[in-house]
Amino acid sequence: MNIIVVSLIVLGTIGIIAAVILFFVAKKFYVEEDPRIAEIENALPGANCGGCGFAGCKNFASACVSATELGDLRCPVGGNNAMNAIAEILGVTVAETKPKVAVLRCAGTCAVRPRTSHYNGVSSCAIATATFAGETGCSFGCLGYGDCAKACTFGAITVNPETGLAEVDEDKCTACGACVKACPKGILELRFKGSKSRRIYVSCANKDKGAKARKACSAACIGCGKCVKECPFGAITLENNLAYIDYNLCRLCKKCVAVCPTGSIQALNFPVIKKDENI
Amino acid sequence: MKTFKIGGVHPQDKKLTAQKPIITLAAPKEAIFPLEQHIGAPAKPIVNVGDRVKTGQMIAEAGGFVSAPVHSSVTGTVSKIAEYTDPQGFSKQAIYIKAEENDEWADGIIISDKLETKTSLDAKEIIKKISDAGIVGLGGACFPTHVKLTPPADCKIDSLIINAVECEPYLTHNHRLMLEKAGEVIIGTRLLMKALGIEKAYIGIESNKMDAVNHLRETAEKLSDFVHIIEIVPLKMKYPQGSEKHLIEAITGREVKSGAIPASVGVVVQNVGTAFAVYEAVQFNKPLIDLFMTVTGSSMTEGGNFRVRMGTSMKEVLDMVGGIPADAEKVIGGGPMMGRCISNIDTPITKRSSAILCLEKQKTVREDVLDCIRCGKCMGTCPMGLEPYLLAKLTEIEDWSELEEHYIMDCIECGCCTFTCPSHRPLLDYVRYGKFKVGTIIRNRK
Repeated sequence: MNIIVVSLIVLGTIGIIAAVILFFVAKKFYVEEDPRIAEIENALPGANCGGCGFAGCKNFASACVSATELGDLRCPVGGNNAMNAIAEILGVTVAETKPKVAVLRCAGTCAVRPRTSHYNGVSSCAIATATFAGETGCSFGCLGYGDCAKACTFGAITVNPETGLAEVDEDKCTACGACVKACPKGILELRFKGSKSRRIYVSCANKDKGAKARKACSAACIGCGKCVKECPFGAITLENNLAYIDYNLCRLCKKCVAVCPTGSIQALNFPVIKKDENI
Repeated sequence: MKTFKIGGVHPQDKKLTAQKPIITLAAPKEAIFPLEQHIGAPAKPIVNVGDRVKTGQMIAEAGGFVSAPVHSSVTGTVSKIAEYTDPQGFSKQAIYIKAEENDEWADGIIISDKLETKTSLDAKEIIKKISDAGIVGLGGACFPTHVKLTPPADCKIDSLIINAVECEPYLTHNHRLMLEKAGEVIIGTRLLMKALGIEKAYIGIESNKMDAVNHLRETAEKLSDFVHIIEIVPLKMKYPQGSEKHLIEAITGREVKSGAIPASVGVVVQNVGTAFAVYEAVQFNKPLIDLFMTVTGSSMTEGGNFRVRMGTSMKEVLDMVGGIPADAEKVIGGGPMMGRCISNIDTPITKRSSAILCLEKQKTVREDVLDCIRCGKCMGTCPMGLEPYLLAKLTEIEDWSELEEHYIMDCIECGCCTFTCPSHRPLLDYVRYGKFKVGTIIRNRK
């Protein structure tokens, strides 16, 4: 009994003395922090995804406070709401930006892109890329080992086992860009989400010549250039046998979609026009 | 018997084709010559589409000092300069030549089987001939030979080591080369010594090839000038003895420091195939247009050792030995330990090729990966004294700076760690990727 009382008294005394020391040390060495940093941090989504280019939301917040104008500083996850809140706290203005979404520039499903070899190494796109070009004849397309899915903190990407391709859930995607960095093939791209989520893009990254690309994948862009000629807005460029649609210029007229011989140009979320079968 | 000190494993030998004499394969009908067949700058084409070229004629010149020219191995017409698909499936530039039926050799090339022992050339002229012949290290790394023969000024070279270890299972072409072309190998070695201006050379051979050791010794004795300066050293069987640094340690006892080149300890290492190519280039002006390779597999009946012309399609070579066996699951370019899996066999034989190995399913299955039990076997077998389990883990969490501090760049990718891991962890897959990443970071820093 005695021993318990003694230890309680001794430990309690040490605790009180330590607390007093800590109290004065904390007062003495108190670091003055801009209260706005905490305010901004509260306005941010707190995902710590790194999509802004900083290590976490706090780093981004302090960068915002020390910057004179927001300019390139932007939280892709919070979008315009978060940026307006930050601008209000700091008393500056910020330009509205259109929301973006990640798209996979590959349509080479198992059905259209035949497998020519089989990989049984570590299931990681990065490691596989350091070893060989891929299980199909296309050395540019999606490998399907899911590095992007692992990198996504929002659970927006899954690899569909049926198609063997990564699929982006556009409701969950915040365009933080983590998947873009994770993809060793560089085929994920952040593009404008578009009004009513309608968007058009070339769903292929194959730079091989037409014949080879076609042989490897029947949904490949063969670089025929029909879309370039068709586009009334000059939004499409052809480089290294691959068409690319500039989303700043594209006006969603869908003319390119109609002329593409391989169907590699994707048009998403457009209303389906019912064809009159009598004609 | 000598060997290196730390680490190493001894996989089963499986030298199935050791008794098969070298067969020279016919020239291909269409040959493809990639411009990147060596370490360094790619070669630059010096022929145009439609040009007629002779066998042995230079078709692409070296793209810099660390580079090598490419020669045609056939007589024919350049049909196109376009992309080809390499064994791993990537597209690269190559020169295509449609071959004629008969060879017409380029000027200056002597075709002879006679052993030419004398040379009046000095070191500079020998190196010039080697460089013009496009010779690169034929041990697999393909480092241009003339660069190795001109070591930095502050390195004093005193010995040459000929690497005839062939420590990988299945491979036998170096073994056969030594048995059938011993004189040429010895003269080639002597020429390399002359180019370096030294009087001491060793030929390191593993003890499973004692017939080659004895035959080379006898040959060196017959060519009496050389018996005292070229020493044939039998080595204890241990993988990866064929690695440059380990061979130097095994034979001379010298240790090449982390990040240093062999020349820093006064040694130059050349492959035995390179020595033979040097012999032909210097004595007969014959450029590197063919090489020796093993084509084997446990269920391949007609496998053997072949002298194959560059540019022949790998598929054609396989067809000549009866095609890929029906039960083959994996085709490997090189040996089973360090070779790379080939995902595209419609690709030409290049200076990088050393063997084609077809393995059946049961030999290629990867067992289920279990957790690391910290047994330390990978550390025990790592011939570089690294910690593979740690390197793999650090790669997994992408801690590149920590990886660099743990000497990941010293890894020679021999695969002893993966070979020995009782949990079947794919250690090398991770380490190789980590090395690739750290290497990129280091290069960008410069």
